[in-house]
Amino acid sequence: MFAQQMANGLVLGSTYALFALGFTLMFGVLKVLNLTYGFYFTAGALVALAGVRDLGLSLWLALPLGMLAAGVLAVVIDTLLLTPLRRARAPELASLMVTLGAVLLLYSLLSMALGTEIRRFPVGTVPSGAVMLGTVRLGAAQGLIIATTAVMLAGLWLLMSRTRLGLALRAVAENEDAARLMAIDVPRTVMLASLLSGVLAGAAGVLIGLNQNAIQPYMGEFMMLRGFAVIIIGGLGDVRGAVAAGLLLGVAEVMAAGYIDSMVKDGVAFTLMVLVLWLKPAGLLGRARVSRA
Amino acid sequence: MSALLRVSHLSKHFHGLTAVAGVSFSVRAGTVHGLIGPNGAGKTTLFNLISGLVPLDGGEIVFDGRDIARRPVHARAGLGIARTFQNIRMFEDMSVLETVAAGAHPGLSAPLWHCLLGLPRYRAEERAVAAAALDLLTFVGLAERARERAGDLAYGEQRRLEIARGLAARPRLLLLDEPAAGMNPHETADLARLLRRVRACGVTLLLVEHDMGFVMEICERLTVLNFGRRIADGTPAEVRADPAVIEAYLGTRAAARLSRPRQPRP
Amino acid sequence: MPLWLEDFLWTYQTLIHSLGINGLLALSMYVVLAVGQLSLGQAAFMGLGAYTGALLSLHTGLPFALVLAASALVPALAALLIGLPTLRLTGVYLAIATIGLGEVLRVVYVNAGITGGALGLGGIPDRTEGWIILALLAAALAGCVLIGRSRFGRAMEAMRSDQTAAAVIGINLPAYHLGALLVSAALAGLAGALSAHSSTFIGPNEYAFETAVTILSFAILGGTGSPLGPVAGALVLTALPELLRPLHDFRGVFNGLIIVLVVLFLPRGLVPWRMPRLGKTP
Repeated sequence: MFAQQMANGLVLGSTYALFALGFTLMFGVLKVLNLTYGFYFTAGALVALAGVRDLGLSLWLALPLGMLAAGVLAVVIDTLLLTPLRRARAPELASLMVTLGAVLLLYSLLSMALGTEIRRFPVGTVPSGAVMLGTVRLGAAQGLIIATTAVMLAGLWLLMSRTRLGLALRAVAENEDAARLMAIDVPRTVMLASLLSGVLAGAAGVLIGLNQNAIQPYMGEFMMLRGFAVIIIGGLGDVRGAVAAGLLLGVAEVMAAGYIDSMVKDGVAFTLMVLVLWLKPAGLLGRARVSRA
Repeated sequence: MSALLRVSHLSKHFHGLTAVAGVSFSVRAGTVHGLIGPNGAGKTTLFNLISGLVPLDGGEIVFDGRDIARRPVHARAGLGIARTFQNIRMFEDMSVLETVAAGAHPGLSAPLWHCLLGLPRYRAEERAVAAAALDLLTFVGLAERARERAGDLAYGEQRRLEIARGLAARPRLLLLDEPAAGMNPHETADLARLLRRVRACGVTLLLVEHDMGFVMEICERLTVLNFGRRIADGTPAEVRADPAVIEAYLGTRAAARLSRPRQPRP
Repeated sequence: MPLWLEDFLWTYQTLIHSLGINGLLALSMYVVLAVGQLSLGQAAFMGLGAYTGALLSLHTGLPFALVLAASALVPALAALLIGLPTLRLTGVYLAIATIGLGEVLRVVYVNAGITGGALGLGGIPDRTEGWIILALLAAALAGCVLIGRSRFGRAMEAMRSDQTAAAVIGINLPAYHLGALLVSAALAGLAGALSAHSSTFIGPNEYAFETAVTILSFAILGGTGSPLGPVAGALVLTALPELLRPLHDFRGVFNGLIIVLVVLFLPRGLVPWRMPRLGKTP
């Protein structure tokens, strides 16, 4: 039973880790808390759903389609809203506020257009088989989630550490002006960072939609709380921390639901977050840069 | 003359880079003391350590007989330390007068509820602040600009405003980070005159500066840093002739070639 | 009072109450923005005040004044809980923690029996009167103006303009940040209780993210140079959907759009004037 819960927790945790990863990437490179991020998550899920339901695509195509849609949306929003503010060297609060407004606008439009009822992926989107690993039953959907997350994490790690783009991303995250002086194309790098984080959000959206078998316009907003908790627990701006914290939170939530009460599940994220804020604000791995003047 | 500020074995590291390594020096009350050294020598970091913007990794800072190393930033102003910044930090939208009045913050004590009820003690305090601020503006030559927006002032005027803001709390020690930066010789001479008048009012000055003519002219003592370490300490004449200093600024071969100290500018 | 005025006030009672309550909420946002912080907990604090006040009125016989006081106190305590640890952290942490608070409280309201669950609480006694709201709003506004013109106001503007310089001239940033947060929570809680006792019904979804952003939009539209700005913003954004009925359903879209447009094109807001901070300049 315990092992099963652990497995379920890791599956859930991988989706959180993926979500938090894109968010951390965006925060680290673009230096802004972008609240529309949750919306990319929803967009990815909805596009993938449309792909499967309306276009009859298989999941193997719908998933990348959803990811791409989310990525493009991220770039569009960054270009329209955040780049002008960055160019005008507006205070940090301004970027935060404009994304607040944008997310309210987008969610309202979306729920007006689509209504708020829950949609699901059609039966058969994922094969219904399962494997038994010892006492643990791993459904095909769950396996898919873990595998996809692992692949994306590995891919991202390779990108960040072995490619020039990764180097550019890290440089811009460290010091934008210095990066510019080193002939790094900062606007292009920023755009690619947006694209990447949107893609990660979209992937997380599809996978969570599969795992929980529920897709609705406000799902991104629900995830944002988890996302925030994960990045604070993992340390703001710390990529490895985000992954670790995501997995931890997934496991903690499943355990809490299983051993205490399912109602408690939603409070776990916030409780852990407050605990970390009080006890170890630099995050679990202690690597975030936290203090002000 | 006693040591108003004594810094002992001060060190600071940033992720493996040592910015300040075991620096010690004293600033005597009532003097103008200069902190010089090539770029990257750790001078601004030292200022940040003294004003509390950056926590120290080792050593002691004793101001007016008190160990202030663990005091928070805002408490140091109350103890009598003020500072200006290399890149002027203005309160852009506030008026010139309000800026100086803001600088007087540590000295004001009428509690909040006095303010809300409009009690006489509060009102008297506000009047006194406004009058004192205007006096300071006259002292630095900005009285006609009192009502203007701080962000609209010219660079040199903002410098003087920053100094006035620092003086508003009646500090005993004023730290000046490159006050002459970006100034032409005329402005620099004006600044030197102003700083002498500040010192004549009993304020001790510790300044970081690259303009050697300016430094030699107004400083009575100099401490020289290089790569985070103190390499010389003494009067301008002593420091000018110190081979270690010459080597730090000009390199080994030039040091060997130099035999005469430079003459100060007229 | 002339009959026509009585009729007018009666017909538009709900709107007038809303205007006053939103004015208080706008001030609660202003107080936090005035020290350069972004707290998105106004809706959460409002909800705490609403539920506290409603529960007290429904289950105890406390006079309204005490109920209101308690409704201001409880959110302030919650603010202390998330405010204290985030004091020395960068501003982003507070923003996140306050959004999180709102979400968690919503879950609590839905699940705890005493709060009526997802259906909310009804039958709250109608104890709010227009003059109470007006008096509290006027007092809060007066307080903000008086403080704004004082050394506290100068300190707050200094903090907002340049934190480092403000710290160096002796301003105790953490104290001001915490103080502002507590005051803002108390004001929002007060507004929540007043609102609960006016509409006589509250539900868990009224104090969620969308409400928090709406409150922010009051302050952004109005501009934050003076406490009058956010109040003006609140008046405009509350009255418009009422006066233009079709706009009502588009409120979310409208508010969001306002924020985006104002931040991008009108950064000082509609009311760009700035309060003087030194009483009468000599």
